[in-house]
Amino acid sequence: MNFDLRLPIGLLFSFYGLLLTIFGAMSDSALYERSLGINMNLRWGLVLLMFGMAMLFLAWRARGRAPK
Amino acid sequence: MQQIHLGHIDYTILLVYFGFVIGIGWVLKRYMKGSTDFFLSGRSIPAWVTGLAFISANLGAQEVIGMAASGAKYGIMTSHFYWVGAIPAMVFLAIFMMPFYYGSKARSVPEYLKMRFDEKTRGLNAISFAVMTVFSSGISMYALARLLEILLNWNFHASIAVSAIVVLVYIFLGGLTSAIYNEVLQFFMIVFGFAPLVFLALKDIGGWSGLKEKLIPVATSQGYAAGTWTNSWSHMGKVTDNPMGVEWIGMVMGLGFVLSFGYWCTDFLVVQRAMAANSMSAARRTPLIAAVPKMLFPALVILPGMIAIALHYANGNNLLPMKDGAPDYNMTIPVLLVKYFPTGLLGIGFTALMASFMSGMAGNVTAFNTVWTYDIYQSYIAPKKSDEHYLWMGRWATVFGILISVGCAYLASKFNNIMDMLQLVFGFVNAPLFATFLLGMFWKRATGHGAFWGLLGGTTGAAVFHGLAIAEGNTPGIKGGWIAQQFHFHNDMGQNFYMATVAWTTCFVLTIVISLMTARTKSDAELKGLVYSLTPKPETAHEPWYKQPVTLGVLILIATVLLNIIFW
Repeated sequence: MNFDLRLPIGLLFSFYGLLLTIFGAMSDSALYERSLGINMNLRWGLVLLMFGMAMLFLAWRARGRAPK
Repeated sequence: MQQIHLGHIDYTILLVYFGFVIGIGWVLKRYMKGSTDFFLSGRSIPAWVTGLAFISANLGAQEVIGMAASGAKYGIMTSHFYWVGAIPAMVFLAIFMMPFYYGSKARSVPEYLKMRFDEKTRGLNAISFAVMTVFSSGISMYALARLLEILLNWNFHASIAVSAIVVLVYIFLGGLTSAIYNEVLQFFMIVFGFAPLVFLALKDIGGWSGLKEKLIPVATSQGYAAGTWTNSWSHMGKVTDNPMGVEWIGMVMGLGFVLSFGYWCTDFLVVQRAMAANSMSAARRTPLIAAVPKMLFPALVILPGMIAIALHYANGNNLLPMKDGAPDYNMTIPVLLVKYFPTGLLGIGFTALMASFMSGMAGNVTAFNTVWTYDIYQSYIAPKKSDEHYLWMGRWATVFGILISVGCAYLASKFNNIMDMLQLVFGFVNAPLFATFLLGMFWKRATGHGAFWGLLGGTTGAAVFHGLAIAEGNTPGIKGGWIAQQFHFHNDMGQNFYMATVAWTTCFVLTIVISLMTARTKSDAELKGLVYSLTPKPETAHEPWYKQPVTLGVLILIATVLLNIIFW
């Protein structure tokens, strides 16, 4: 089957990562009282973004290659 | 219970997720050319994908909500459901059983039974399995809708409709491949949605040592030894020493052997994922790849429960909502999500929760449409039709399977007793299954009559035992003891473990006795590829070590033993 699952996973998590990172960077710090004062949106957004990009990279590297 | 308020960003995250899930089904639609594509993904999926789908199909709502609840209720002893009740069976499936499931080219677990034994054994298994899966998917849907009603004040009917339609659309379009791909997506969603929860909660309580200390009053105030919530084996000598109310022999036999092997090695819901793999080697690696996250899941689902109960006690019984004078353990995960997640991250956590419900539902639906189409429709209703016809049937089986599930969801909301009763009966049916497969795969003398009557006998054995056994504090009836109160147990779980053991033993002994009394119907040649002693061992010497099932299996078992020792 010529459809690499890493592509949609990469897209979804890159999008979520970007969304959270931007939201986290712009939001008021009062929002993070419940998360123990840590800006979890920014931090976790970056983690998701890295994961998403890594998946996209793997899919890009394997592009066009016949699936094993 | 404090309600969750989702912001625009949270709804965006949720809607994008639904969009992706359906989009995957839509993209896969053009690959669905024949029934094998729809039901078996054309046996073309790489091992890492089937492996993660294997674990995700099991990672339904019951798992996430239920295991967190058990973590709060029983502490780290809940890990027995993983390190005793799952990993060994998964390794066994990979090394010993997968060669027969995959190698025989059976398209479903019931079909393997037909090839190995006879038509009636297949029929019994196919019908009971089909009924069970639609009901389980209905119960999952009901639980989701109830939760959304409580947490978000969403309309119960609308929640049922939305979850049913999303799952329906993506399976209708892309069949098993769609379900498998989405399960992998769900897997990552759940891991990334709950990991920050564990991080924040653990930080809040002062790390593992802080948690250990705060769990001492939880144990002592309930009359147990101080370390009961943080030791997995130390307090299993007597049923009265631990909150689970079981001792180690009953647990290892009932959970570790009968229930665990019965589920992981024979339930088509999970086995179907491995059957879709692109090679024998990939099929055998599927449960092993799944075993790695399974081994680590206690950190993701049990730990939050333990933290929640520690906080609950430390705050003077104030964190979990109370229900009938006891904490409502099922609310553990939602309560923690509300407590720690800011809007934004809350969308991720909440979507992860929805994903877990949907993966459980979708797994049941794909297993149902396959068993219905191949083992019931093609075998008994309309044999010898064209492949397109069965593909068409599979699509419509998805539709009416989901419709019946919706019906069951409403049944569950109206008559709780009916659901308890059904789950009880399913327990009777499931408990003996592994004995049949074990004898079928490893003893060529086992016959169709032996298997069929052994299964029925095992189910009857379970029912009779249930009728004779009662747990403390229960009144005779649906909870047992409806014949007489002969055997007394500390609680339901112990009763259930011993019931499973009795059912298994009855089936095992009966199958042997009846097989020896009846003539063989299948010759050695017919059983080649179906029975261990008549099948050439799969050749793996040319594979690198990290692809060899035995090597991987041994490594996984060593790691599991170490985990048990660390948290002893």
